[in-house]
Amino acid sequence: MAEESDQKPKLAANQPAGLTRREAMLQLLRVGGMAAGATAAGVWLSEHSFRPVPAHAEQARRDHRVANEEQYPRITVVQGGEPKELVQTALENLGGMKRFVSKNDSVVVKPNIAWDRTPEQAACTNPDVVAEVVRQCWQAGAKRVIVTDCSCNEPRRCYHRSGIQAAALAAGAEVILPDTEKFREVEMGGVVLKNWPVFGPFLDADKVINLPIAKHHSLVGCTLGMKNWYGILGGERNRLHQQIHQSLADLASFMLPTVTLLDAYRILVRNGPTGGNLEDVELKKTMVAGTDPVAIDAYAAKAWWNLDPAQLPYLEMTQARGLGTVDYDKLPVKFSKLG
Amino acid sequence: MRCVLGGSVAKSRLPLLRRISQIFFLVAFVALLVFTSLRPTSGGTGDIHMRAPVRLFFEWDPLVALANALSSHGLYRGLLWSLLILLPTLFLGRFFCGWICPMGTLQHFVGNMPSEAKRGKKRIESNRYKRWQTIKYVVLAAGLVAAFFGSMAIGWLDPFSLLVRSVGLAILPAFNYAVRAVLLPLEHSHVAAIKATGETLHSILQATVLDFRQTHFAQGLVLGALFIAILALSLRVTRIWCRSLCPLGALLGVVSRWSVLGLHKDLSKCTNCNRCLLHCQGGDDPIGSAPWHKSECLMCMNCVGACPEESLTFKFFRDAKAEREISTPDIGRRKALTGLAAGAAVVPLMRANTGLGKDRHDRLLRPPGALDEPDFLSRCIRCGECMKVCPNNSLQPTLEEAGLQGLWTPTLVPRIGYCEPSCVLCSEVCPTGAIWQITPKEKGWVVGVGQNKNPVRLGTAFYDRGRCLPWAEAIDCIVCEEWCPVSPKAIYVEEAQVVDSSGKVKTLKQPRVDPSRCVGCGACEYACPLQEHPAVYVTSIGESRSPSAQILLNRN
Repeated sequence: MAEESDQKPKLAANQPAGLTRREAMLQLLRVGGMAAGATAAGVWLSEHSFRPVPAHAEQARRDHRVANEEQYPRITVVQGGEPKELVQTALENLGGMKRFVSKNDSVVVKPNIAWDRTPEQAACTNPDVVAEVVRQCWQAGAKRVIVTDCSCNEPRRCYHRSGIQAAALAAGAEVILPDTEKFREVEMGGVVLKNWPVFGPFLDADKVINLPIAKHHSLVGCTLGMKNWYGILGGERNRLHQQIHQSLADLASFMLPTVTLLDAYRILVRNGPTGGNLEDVELKKTMVAGTDPVAIDAYAAKAWWNLDPAQLPYLEMTQARGLGTVDYDKLPVKFSKLG
Repeated sequence: MRCVLGGSVAKSRLPLLRRISQIFFLVAFVALLVFTSLRPTSGGTGDIHMRAPVRLFFEWDPLVALANALSSHGLYRGLLWSLLILLPTLFLGRFFCGWICPMGTLQHFVGNMPSEAKRGKKRIESNRYKRWQTIKYVVLAAGLVAAFFGSMAIGWLDPFSLLVRSVGLAILPAFNYAVRAVLLPLEHSHVAAIKATGETLHSILQATVLDFRQTHFAQGLVLGALFIAILALSLRVTRIWCRSLCPLGALLGVVSRWSVLGLHKDLSKCTNCNRCLLHCQGGDDPIGSAPWHKSECLMCMNCVGACPEESLTFKFFRDAKAEREISTPDIGRRKALTGLAAGAAVVPLMRANTGLGKDRHDRLLRPPGALDEPDFLSRCIRCGECMKVCPNNSLQPTLEEAGLQGLWTPTLVPRIGYCEPSCVLCSEVCPTGAIWQITPKEKGWVVGVGQNKNPVRLGTAFYDRGRCLPWAEAIDCIVCEEWCPVSPKAIYVEEAQVVDSSGKVKTLKQPRVDPSRCVGCGACEYACPLQEHPAVYVTSIGESRSPSAQILLNRN
């Protein structure tokens, strides 16, 4: 070593500094290695250039129905009680919550929380109805009870001012606000609804309970049970109105609820679905519930808006698809009068 | 009386106390800014109010208070609190700049970072008093005169305004974006542990610093870049913004001439070693060989600890005549007059332009509660707090919609978000009353819109029948009518027979607007499926704040 260091300066003095053979080989190896690596990476990448495609859509239809049992009616109408009693009697008539929710089920409760309105304005489902359904789910042994909806107005305001957030939390439910990152692309297989983003909790549930509210709606005439499924969708929902009946039928064939409890404690008879004035609201103290979503909508449409199934094409469409019957009067309807 | 700050005991403690105070106020400021967002508490269905918005900081801002008083001949809401800063400054000097101001603190911290431009001698030279430090007094004079004549342009430069605007509309949204970009792949991971960690982190951050939804602001890049540029410049010259431009610092500098606390230099001990200049924040020449510039000193106390000879102390009730100091801003009559003249000229020049009296922008929709345009411009300090708090991200900083004088004032952009019926948060956070505080009831869109004869109106909706689906293309729609929040609805529909392209007669509903009911919230425009150029849109005509910009002869 000492010799080398003595010699080197001498070399440098009379000729340009050279490398030893060993150093030169190493340098060549390094450069060659980098060149080979860059070539390999380039070739690999060029073979992996694909035109971006949307994420693969899920395909399953969500069927949460339970089997019909002869001893229980498909539809029940309860009148004359407070929201909590209406729910209790309606569920009793249908065979109790245990029939719908099994032990360790993960249940999603879907009220209408679309608008920034208070319960008195009757644009969103009554919070006491939501709370009672949540309590009954727990009693039936549910593992998880989620209350959620994809609001139209600002969700934090809708959840707060509708009173649903407070009522659901008090009853022990998980309240999930819509989060843009939790929507998944779903192939709905409908006539007009093909690929749409659906809010995750609705896709992962074991049971889904529909809690709509009955309201006036200019385009359809009234918005009842099946229209509530708009609230599971993300994306550009404003296009659905163009073929509203077909899209309602498509949604109803995609999402089949365990049970539907249509809140008609207060109904919005004018200026729906947003309302605002208390003069637009009528107190009906009624609940229409059951396992036949078509019959429930047909009954409510006739009862409060005097609309026949012929005037509501989506009812005929869903009947044709085997989701229920528009002839509710041919079903054993169980009526209960409270108070 | 001889009270002395400094000497051996306090030597080590004062800068430490100052640092604690600076961190405390910076954290408090950022926390208040983050919480200036819609966070409803559970329980009840009542109105949602803002508990502790960042405007609490503005209420201490004597510059905002003084300008507000000059322009409005009054003092809005909490601005009297600014005496809490102004009065102590009379006694203690610019302690606010050195100990409290979060904009100053940020520059202070950045200025302490190692930088080539501030090595050794260069650093000492950069901290000597410079003539350009008097620019801020010219800015202050011009700003106050402009305020007196009706323009709050000083808000562009007020440090709180600058900070809320930059951090609230650019830095926090960018931070929000970055955090979500990191969390998203974690949450979608196939490894259960990573997924769980991501989800836990997300829920913690969501409850504290993250926005409910990602916000976007027009010119966010410009606002963020200006802010970062100011911080980057303080790498070259410590607190360059405070020293050269800050009008609030200038105001406090003027006031501090009477302060009873000041620097005492024991010239017999001073060896001109320059150590005091190494950490000087204000550029006020604490060194013995130059006169002390009282109005520039930020009371940071660094020089006291830095002096190896213990020749520097801060004392109450010094004999000012015996001290070698310049107690008033070293500005000179000519510069002072320049400032006054500039301020006096700026408003007439701006008003000679179009935009306010003539040819108002049709899409300039002001937030609910906003005063009529001249009053609005004389109060709005462009802090962007209303935009930060707006839950629908609807309020955006203007570029030219309000004229050059209205740069960065708020405007509602319905394509991004409409005005939420029951929301009055922007009016609750506005520190100066440009958006006068109103209640949801006064706004009048929530209950009994028909009964409230004078709801707040932001403008009026109009249809473009060449694009509207039921009018132009024989397609069902009326989403606008569904969303219209007033009752009876301002959008009404009429059944019409139309012929589609195949020659079939079709019955559908065509929408129209009743201008006497429309409040101009923009929900129809927001909901219209023709996204990029909606078939229904709101223009400012009919806005309730303006007595002249009306359509109807008689509204009610």
